[in-house]
Amino acid sequence: MADVRTKGIYIESLWKRYGQGDTAVDALKGVDMQVAPGEVVGLIGPSGSGKSTMLKCLGAVIEPTAGRMTLGNQVIYHDGWKIHDLRILRRDNIGFVFQAPYLIPFLDVTDNVALLPMLAGRSNSEARERAIELLVALDVAHRAKAMPSQLSGGEQQRVSIARALVNRPPVILADEPTAPLDSERALAVVRILNQMARQYETAVIVVTHDEKIIPTFKRIYHIRDGKTVEEAGEGRSLE
Amino acid sequence: MISLAGRDILHSLGKFVFTGVGLGLLIGVTLTMAGVYRGMVDDARVLLDNSGADLWVVQKHTLGPYAESSSLYDDLYRGILGMPGVASAANISYLTMQVRQGERDVRTMVVGVVPGGPGEPGQPGYLVEGRHITRGHYEAVADVRTGFNLGDRIQIRRNLFTVVGLTRRMVSSGGDPMVFIPLKDAQEAQFLKDNDAVIKQRRRTAANPAFNRPGVPGLLDAVIASQGSNPYVNAILVQIKPGYSPEDVAVPIRRWKQLQVYSRAQMEEILVAKLIATSAKQIGMFLVILAIVSAAIVAFIIYTLTLGKIREIAVLKLIGTKNSTIAGMIMKQSIGLGLIGFVVGKIAATIWAPIFPKYVLLEPVDAVSGFIGIIVICVLASVVAIRVALQVDPAEAIGG
Repeated sequence: MADVRTKGIYIESLWKRYGQGDTAVDALKGVDMQVAPGEVVGLIGPSGSGKSTMLKCLGAVIEPTAGRMTLGNQVIYHDGWKIHDLRILRRDNIGFVFQAPYLIPFLDVTDNVALLPMLAGRSNSEARERAIELLVALDVAHRAKAMPSQLSGGEQQRVSIARALVNRPPVILADEPTAPLDSERALAVVRILNQMARQYETAVIVVTHDEKIIPTFKRIYHIRDGKTVEEAGEGRSLE
Repeated sequence: MISLAGRDILHSLGKFVFTGVGLGLLIGVTLTMAGVYRGMVDDARVLLDNSGADLWVVQKHTLGPYAESSSLYDDLYRGILGMPGVASAANISYLTMQVRQGERDVRTMVVGVVPGGPGEPGQPGYLVEGRHITRGHYEAVADVRTGFNLGDRIQIRRNLFTVVGLTRRMVSSGGDPMVFIPLKDAQEAQFLKDNDAVIKQRRRTAANPAFNRPGVPGLLDAVIASQGSNPYVNAILVQIKPGYSPEDVAVPIRRWKQLQVYSRAQMEEILVAKLIATSAKQIGMFLVILAIVSAAIVAFIIYTLTLGKIREIAVLKLIGTKNSTIAGMIMKQSIGLGLIGFVVGKIAATIWAPIFPKYVLLEPVDAVSGFIGIIVICVLASVVAIRVALQVDPAEAIGG
């Protein structure tokens, strides 16, 4: 495994408490996790186990109560946010893939992907060049000018993966990315995530309870009652 | 950078255009209301311009002849003609009444003028067809908006008049088209009674011992004769000689004739500030209400459109879009809606203004003010939607 303290994502004793006093609920109770660049790990657990809270903390959209979170060589959280502009942190360092693709309905496929580099200040031509490159890699370049509503579910999900990757973030958070897909397409998405993780040296965390794809992970974090347990996965071949 | 607002508008162009057209019709009404006010002011100015007068001599302590009734003896003009600086003076009478022509009647302002030619006080400045009044009785010159034609026979009270000339843009301060008739006929028409009323009036006079004294023969006949004639006019229009200022001429008339004299500026002040003041306030209120309604519509539409995009906004925020970019998107959409509305409104107002019953004067300055007002309204109306968008939590994009 590569040095996760300088690359990838490293989480140590992460706590998240909602509410105060008698009504306080601890959603995360000292979670530990490490994902190396190029690695795809699964995060699984029953409903209410803290998966979404974990994802929101990792995505820098809610503040953990305690613990330490490192991304690449940056300390993101340690007794409070260390990086104040979380918007730029998310834009440049974290790619998101959702259960539903949530593509922007009024932008075509290319611009849905190119929007992020444009937001990061890249020129339109450079942003579109990057987008096309990823669309080719994900085999949806032929739909580059289509609107999201004209795509199939699998195509939409591939476009959303392209969007997550376009800024070359060190981390991708995928929230149930295969839930609406059939077995074949679900495995295709995981295959793509693995390829992209290797190609772009990206740490990928896939939150799922999809039995079809769980056997493909080499490492799995089980989350239960706010705590994680690491175990080796089957790592079944995707070829 | 992609124009998110532009793309969103193009994506739901039909919805935007339909909403813009609806808003545009409202803006068209707003511009028309402003045009109606401008038209009223212009009508008042045209009334003064067309009278050809430099001074209006009216009954003392009145704001006549347009804003209040004024009554002067019709021989007073002779004395005024002799005052220093007076080039010409002419009696004039105004009556607002229904003029019949065949089966229809038209709301008009009947103007009694001394028969003469163009350039004399009170005469219509120019004709578009026919000739001026040359006879002392039963000829008329009408504004084309009355719908009368040359040779038409029109009825004023019991008398019939022949339309011998047509003029244009001769209207009262209320926008009623004018019909010019000889002064004597106008004076008669002002107090003309039906036969029964005349007989009753004579009986009453004869029954009054003050007028029917046995020792004063001829008194009753003299009183009855005076009751049957009208020696009054509403005003005397005065033109001044070159080299005199209106005030130079007005002061001696006020002093020696004990009459009220108004200059052009004073008369315009009376018409605009007093006569149409209430109408102007009503129109002002309409404008305020329409502006509020327009703002409410824009705010509601933009708010609804924004609510429909909450998930997309959450995604945009999650992936690092600046709040200012999202606020800009909403504000540009609001302004876009306003622009569509303004274009539609301006076109609509231009189309329907000529068929409006009242004169609608669409001034470019009102269009510019309206445009600025609409943009300001749209910007303000987008504030609620922007507030909602900025409160969207990026975490909403993540399930759970």
